[in-house]
Amino acid sequence: MKNTKVIELEEVAIRFSGDSGDGMQLTGTLFSDTSALLGNDISTFPDYPSEIRAPQGTVGGVSGFQVQFGKKKITTPGDLAHVLVAMNPAALKANAAYMNPGGTIIFDVDSFSEKNLEKAQFKTNDPFTELKLNDYSLIPVPITSMTKESLKELELDNKSILRCKNMFALGLICWMFDRPLDYIEGFIQKKFGKKSPIIAEANLCVVHAGYNYGMNLQHMTPQYIVHPAPIEKGIYRNVNGNLATAWGLLAAAEKSGLELFIGSYPITPATDILQALAERKDLGVKSFQAEDEIAGICTTIGAAFAGDLAVTSTSGPGFALKSEALGLSVMAELPIVVVNVQRGGPSTGLPTKTEQSDLLQTLYGRNGESPVVVLAASTPSDCFYYAFLAAKIALERMVPVVLLTDGFLGNGSEPWRVPAMSELPPITPRKAKNPETYLPYNRDPETLAREWAIPGMEGFEHRVGGLEKNNAGGVNQDPDNHQRNSEIRAAKVEKVVEMIPELEVAGEPEGDLLVVGWGGTYGHMISSVLAMQATGKKVSLAHFNYIKPLPKNTAEVFGKFKKIVVCELNMGQFASYLRDKLPEFKYNQVNKMKGLPFSVHELVENFDKLLEA
Amino acid sequence: MTKFNYTAKDFKSAAEVRWCPGCGDYAIMNAVQKTMADMDIAHKDFAVISGIGCSSRFPYYMSTYGFHTIHGRAAAIASGVKSANPALTVWVMTGDGDSLAIGGNHFIHLVRRNINVNLVLFNNKIYGLTKGQYSPTSDRGKITKTSPFGTIEDSFVPGQLVLGSRGTFFARAVDNNIKHTQEVLADAAQHKGTSVIEVLQNCVIFNDGIHEHISDPKFRAERQLFLKKGQPMIFGEQEDKGLILENGRLKVVKIGENGVTIKDILVHEPAEDNLGLQVALINMALPEYPVAMGVIRSVEAPVYDQEMKKQIETVQKTRKITCMDDLLQSGNTWTVEGENCDEPVKFFDNKCFG
Repeated sequence: MKNTKVIELEEVAIRFSGDSGDGMQLTGTLFSDTSALLGNDISTFPDYPSEIRAPQGTVGGVSGFQVQFGKKKITTPGDLAHVLVAMNPAALKANAAYMNPGGTIIFDVDSFSEKNLEKAQFKTNDPFTELKLNDYSLIPVPITSMTKESLKELELDNKSILRCKNMFALGLICWMFDRPLDYIEGFIQKKFGKKSPIIAEANLCVVHAGYNYGMNLQHMTPQYIVHPAPIEKGIYRNVNGNLATAWGLLAAAEKSGLELFIGSYPITPATDILQALAERKDLGVKSFQAEDEIAGICTTIGAAFAGDLAVTSTSGPGFALKSEALGLSVMAELPIVVVNVQRGGPSTGLPTKTEQSDLLQTLYGRNGESPVVVLAASTPSDCFYYAFLAAKIALERMVPVVLLTDGFLGNGSEPWRVPAMSELPPITPRKAKNPETYLPYNRDPETLAREWAIPGMEGFEHRVGGLEKNNAGGVNQDPDNHQRNSEIRAAKVEKVVEMIPELEVAGEPEGDLLVVGWGGTYGHMISSVLAMQATGKKVSLAHFNYIKPLPKNTAEVFGKFKKIVVCELNMGQFASYLRDKLPEFKYNQVNKMKGLPFSVHELVENFDKLLEA
Repeated sequence: MTKFNYTAKDFKSAAEVRWCPGCGDYAIMNAVQKTMADMDIAHKDFAVISGIGCSSRFPYYMSTYGFHTIHGRAAAIASGVKSANPALTVWVMTGDGDSLAIGGNHFIHLVRRNINVNLVLFNNKIYGLTKGQYSPTSDRGKITKTSPFGTIEDSFVPGQLVLGSRGTFFARAVDNNIKHTQEVLADAAQHKGTSVIEVLQNCVIFNDGIHEHISDPKFRAERQLFLKKGQPMIFGEQEDKGLILENGRLKVVKIGENGVTIKDILVHEPAEDNLGLQVALINMALPEYPVAMGVIRSVEAPVYDQEMKKQIETVQKTRKITCMDDLLQSGNTWTVEGENCDEPVKFFDNKCFG
């Protein structure tokens, strides 16, 4: 074991890990919030099994929460953890591979029994040797027994006592990183104080016991110091991507003067969006939990027909079910926003794991020529802005817009400087004005957007539908009409290019390698590119938030680099889209299909290889 | 005194009606247009939503707001329309394939939620638009293009589905009896909640005469029992037959025989929550029973779109968050300031938005 020391670090990643019932998500969240309040920049990554309670003590049932925080801008939750808290042998086994060499492992020595080692399928009684972790800082802490000991005065059943274990670990970690406990105390009081004072008392008691344990055993526990990050002035909050998405949609409703309707069906990892909006009856949200995914989008289309800002949220399998109806909104030219929080597929796939493999489904996964606008958010907090923009484009161009996020963004969180509503641009829905000349498919000659007349507006009565139509909304299946309308629907989406910014390059505008990414991988992409730039390599990043249409300077940006590499968490979907749209360039690929984000390390390694080749 | 003085003509669009000559849909459309005119509600506030099928072409023939959607989804889309704007009068036009096969899930959930729409279910027991395949209401053994040796499955009884879904309103009519269809539609329009009106409709091309044994005007009095609220359940040319309950089952009796008097005959109470009797009425089939027509069930229950509105109003009365700026700054926030902090770069300044 290593000696006691005080370590000063730029950034630290901690992984809390235990059984899915051990409260690791709460522990991690409380620690993250405490760090953010202290002024550290943070990035988090919850990683949990899809079963509510997988068999106790098994590797499959391990639930983890990683947070990276530091004194500089933090863009990822960290490839490898500096500190691992393992509540049982399975947690140790599941996470050994994600440790920084020589890192610190705090483990509940009480739970490392023969029976639990067996459940985690260790072959020997020495899991550390088995996992080759001997040169790590191993800190055995009798978490279970200390928890029991500190609660012996309280009249609590054994189950309730054991549920406080996570607070002991939290207290200890707070001591290690010099975090005050006041935020956590406040949280516990608020959560349990009124309902169950005894549970509140127990949790408070245990979190202090953990903190004091660290203080008393200084001789063996390293203490880390991480200074606050210098960041922009303003009011901050911690936000995850799903909440940011929900609030971006709410902001768009307020800006556009429309009421917000969400028709959705619960699906991991998108459910939080529906929940966050259902909570906002105070802001007038009409939330409709539909009987299935199809009804989710269909009620949304109905609400758009009736004049609301109408949205639906889902993930890959649900998006597949919505495809026919999405085509209806293309044909009827109704403004809806569909949020797809992508997860691992195909089929049910990996519900709680992240992936970017719905891109081609989003672009092409419908019958007929059925173009939609496609945006992708790139960090948890910018989900707010891209959701807002998705609504703005839909309402101003009378076109369905799909916003792609993913499980990593949806569940991951970061501190966010909250904007004032006055910082956001206006949204002007295309409400019809003149009943004398109104026809549902008359268009603005510039944008090709039609006008929106909603039931209840006198003199604008009209019919729309899924059949090919004439300007009045009547059925028209003439060959030339269908040709013309197909071209118009495509051009209408392409003209959205005028609403979006040009593609930006992080780094020099020309060089040896242009790294191309899109959506939720931004944090890892920028970290790896910055790391390479720091060593003098001519590498830049072009990260896409606008997928369809592509920014108009895309080819210009690409043309200034010797090599291009497209990195994505799929088998190469954006790369093949780029090959179709801009075939004049050669695209190298880095792809990953593990249900996990990229690691900075593996990206750098790949880019180095490309530079040498 | 009416406000608008509409006639059925005010609800007809200029579009050429393209149903087959002799199709039962014409009669149903006339009845619907007449009913809408009589409702005395502003023309601009009607929205007619349909799915796919012959009946679903309906919105194009109306001069109101209309939406011809996709197969099976009219109920879901209408749910969105009505929830978004409860002030609208929403009608759903659908068929047995549209609502009971591909759209079965939306149908039962619309009924369960009790959203205030009127759903007219055109039941011709066949797929007409795809030219003659069996539907979920086709009788067992029915020979069609996709069941050349007869179907081997039982059919849905639409009223059973409605009541099984806790429906608050179910009525039945026949396309060739316009006057009665209109009466039923008027009652449906009055009802607060989901009103399902099953209209036995004749497809002249692919299932001609499927309801003839019931609908033939010559035998109407003997084969159809017209239910009227608060009236005894009697039928027959001489109005001399009626229904009684015997050993828990409905039984047809003759008034004046075996000591049966009009006082023994069951009185129809559609507003009573009497599922057992109402299902028994729905199930009545020839030749043992006459077929029940009219409003079979019409009970009061909370209405989804109104409840949604009410919930928002209630929460807003005591709300702390009144706008987005309130929300953005609520809860756990902290302020960053000091000399070494930069001025914030605003998202929309950073990216050049037009």
